[in-house]
Amino acid sequence: MTDNLDTVFKALADASRRALLDRLRAKGGLTLGELCEHHDMSRQAVTKHLAILEAANLVATVWRGREKLHYLNPVPIAEIHTRWVSKFERTRLTALNNLKQALEKKND
Amino acid sequence: MTSQPMTKPTFTYVTYIKSTPEQVWDALTNPEFTRQYWDVEMQSDWKVGSPWSAKGSPMSGKILESNPPHRLVYTWMMPDDPTDVSRVSFDIETIGDIADMVCLKVLHDELRADTDMASKISDGWPRVLSSLKTLLETGAPMNSWAGIKRSCAGVSACEEVA
Repeated sequence: MTDNLDTVFKALADASRRALLDRLRAKGGLTLGELCEHHDMSRQAVTKHLAILEAANLVATVWRGREKLHYLNPVPIAEIHTRWVSKFERTRLTALNNLKQALEKKND
Repeated sequence: MTSQPMTKPTFTYVTYIKSTPEQVWDALTNPEFTRQYWDVEMQSDWKVGSPWSAKGSPMSGKILESNPPHRLVYTWMMPDDPTDVSRVSFDIETIGDIADMVCLKVLHDELRADTDMASKISDGWPRVLSSLKTLLETGAPMNSWAGIKRSCAGVSACEEVA
């Protein structure tokens, strides 16, 4: 199997790009303009980050008329997850993660 | 397409698979194949208007478009709420001059905003697709999907979390 995970990890190794993914997770199908509204980045910077995320297949796009809509594509992250987490660990890891979130009062 | 992504949640998933369109089509429609990476046996004659069902899952639906090996569209229905009908579209594309590389796009739309189907499928599809990719590329199914019984695109996986 070809391992193209380097691109995925490199794309994820940046707080601005992770913030863009967070935004797309909260609401899919955003245009470039809509994505720029909520970030302290120039349009050029957002465009550049989106290109890196698209190249890593972490963002999928759909054309609707003249609008390019952006979606979080978590399939490569699912590959990372399934590669190192077995089916038996899954429920316990989710419980641990829920506990951590509850204790840190992070609601999403 | 006539759906309105701004008013209804829509999900798009993309995976690149070292395979052929024919093999990917077979992986989506052959019950023996779907059982291996999805743990459900998809059953239909895959003709427009025909029903589909999935042995091992409560989900069912109807075929809306069928253009082997390039495009498949079906409705996605919950058994306990026949009004909760959404739509799944699969597009299987070859990529330019790259031999043996296929882009599989899955679009799930027309989801109702007042049910939890959106959260269930958004957990399920990424794992189904990554497992499908692994099976086609290595011949071995991913261990983390098989074994989760009575699930279809994350229905049971979300119940675990809840």
